[in-house]
Amino acid sequence: MLRDVTVDIPDGQITAIIGPSGCGKTTLLKSLNRLIDLYEDVKIEGKILIDGVNIYDPSVDLLTLRKKVGFLSQKPFPLPMSIYDNIAFGPRIHGMNREQLLRQVRELEKQIAPQSPAPELEPPAARKTKDAEMGMLIESYLRLAGLWDEVKDRLHGPASRLSIGQQQRLALARALAVDPEVILADEPTSALDPISAKLIEKQFRLLKKSFSIVVVTHILRQARRIADYVIFLYLGELVEHGPAEQVFASPRDERTKAYISGEIS
Amino acid sequence: MIASISIVVAVLVAILLVITLRGASSLSLSMLIETPKGGYYLGKGGGIANAIVGSLYLSLGATILAFLLSLPIAFALQKEFTGRHLANVTRLALDILWGTPSIVYGAFGFVLMITLGLHASLLGGIIALTLLMLPIMTRSMEEVIRMIPPELKETSYALGATRIETTFRVVFKQALPGIMTGILLAFGRGIGDAASILFTAGYTDYIPRSLLDPVASLPLAVFFQVATPIPEVQQRAYASALILLVIVLVVSVASRLLGRRFSRNIVR
Repeated sequence: MLRDVTVDIPDGQITAIIGPSGCGKTTLLKSLNRLIDLYEDVKIEGKILIDGVNIYDPSVDLLTLRKKVGFLSQKPFPLPMSIYDNIAFGPRIHGMNREQLLRQVRELEKQIAPQSPAPELEPPAARKTKDAEMGMLIESYLRLAGLWDEVKDRLHGPASRLSIGQQQRLALARALAVDPEVILADEPTSALDPISAKLIEKQFRLLKKSFSIVVVTHILRQARRIADYVIFLYLGELVEHGPAEQVFASPRDERTKAYISGEIS
Repeated sequence: MIASISIVVAVLVAILLVITLRGASSLSLSMLIETPKGGYYLGKGGGIANAIVGSLYLSLGATILAFLLSLPIAFALQKEFTGRHLANVTRLALDILWGTPSIVYGAFGFVLMITLGLHASLLGGIIALTLLMLPIMTRSMEEVIRMIPPELKETSYALGATRIETTFRVVFKQALPGIMTGILLAFGRGIGDAASILFTAGYTDYIPRSLLDPVASLPLAVFFQVATPIPEVQQRAYASALILLVIVLVVSVASRLLGRRFSRNIVR
């Protein structure tokens, strides 16, 4: 149960939603890509605007919305297929052709790694399939998620054999591969070991140049490490929000103070 | 616990031993490749190729038909496609059908055939067996599909996949080993069933040449041959039982191996 949540989520930053268990963090997050629609007995009132469009408007195309807003779950779930197919799943269901794939790879390079452009391909007319473009796309996103070096020799092996930390980075690569603008992450490190968790945090800091990231976390120290903007929820209510330094250094509300100082958790 | 395990194992070993010891002596190449000489009930010559081929025809035909029906039903019963109430009523109906004795299917199939103007035939047997297999296959597949973690589907939806794409590209793949198990479970039940095909498939000394010919089967070969007064023919019943047993064993071992192969990509 969430009520009276009105907040501006800033572009190109990491926004952390913090608060004690059961305060509605995940509910708020899943409202942002309408995954909440999948649950029974959910009643939704109000508006959520992304790029000025109310995503709960009946005219909104759910699939386009979910393409634009990527999602990372608490526990990674590899799709029952190979590593390669996991990443290719999104581009395939969105029916991307080779020009679109190639454009996406080039865009990504410009933003993330301008110093190492991908190799030129022979002209598309000489080839029948889009395997080459798809291969480039998959490599780019696995690199972006910091997983390429670990899996490049077993791309066609089952994704289920990866360690859980690798699976989470695969999930990140898979979410990024549909070219979203926003990434939602629901306690993305809570199932991971400290080293894998650190890797994910590192990727997030890298990614915020190109994506807006909203992360739910119950680890206060994690929020301090990565967040630029903080939203504090308490019992379904938006208590406080603002730039991270301000919320952590000088919280205005008593409840925020109590939570940050560790009196409530 | 040890006692209960030993009882189970002892029963299995006893069945295998009795059938093998009694059947092996009459088991020969001609048993496998020849049709009976002098009638299946009294004849001592020839083989039971009619029953082997007949049983395979019947159960393969029924397995294919039942699969074509149960896979869509199993998917349709999921909450993405059917309301909880209707799905539960359907499950209950399937459970009752699962528990229905196979002789009832036989009797029902017989009435159905008379209504349609069919004689005891391969087609009639396949229809009766399909009815018998349908609830087994549907329920076991449906159970596996329902157990798929909702988060896996969420993952697919979150990438912008539709219900159909999620069902066919993700749920189906994840459920594939379970679907295979369901098929083989139903096949095993079907190939061994005597009562449902007693009236519907009939029995004959020949290998059927059309869907409308009567057809022999291994369970009924056992049934008729055990009942004869002639000791040699009784021996042949055990050989038939042994062959049936071997087929079922091969299928269950194969299903284990296939299951392992198909579960390569499965997320646990």
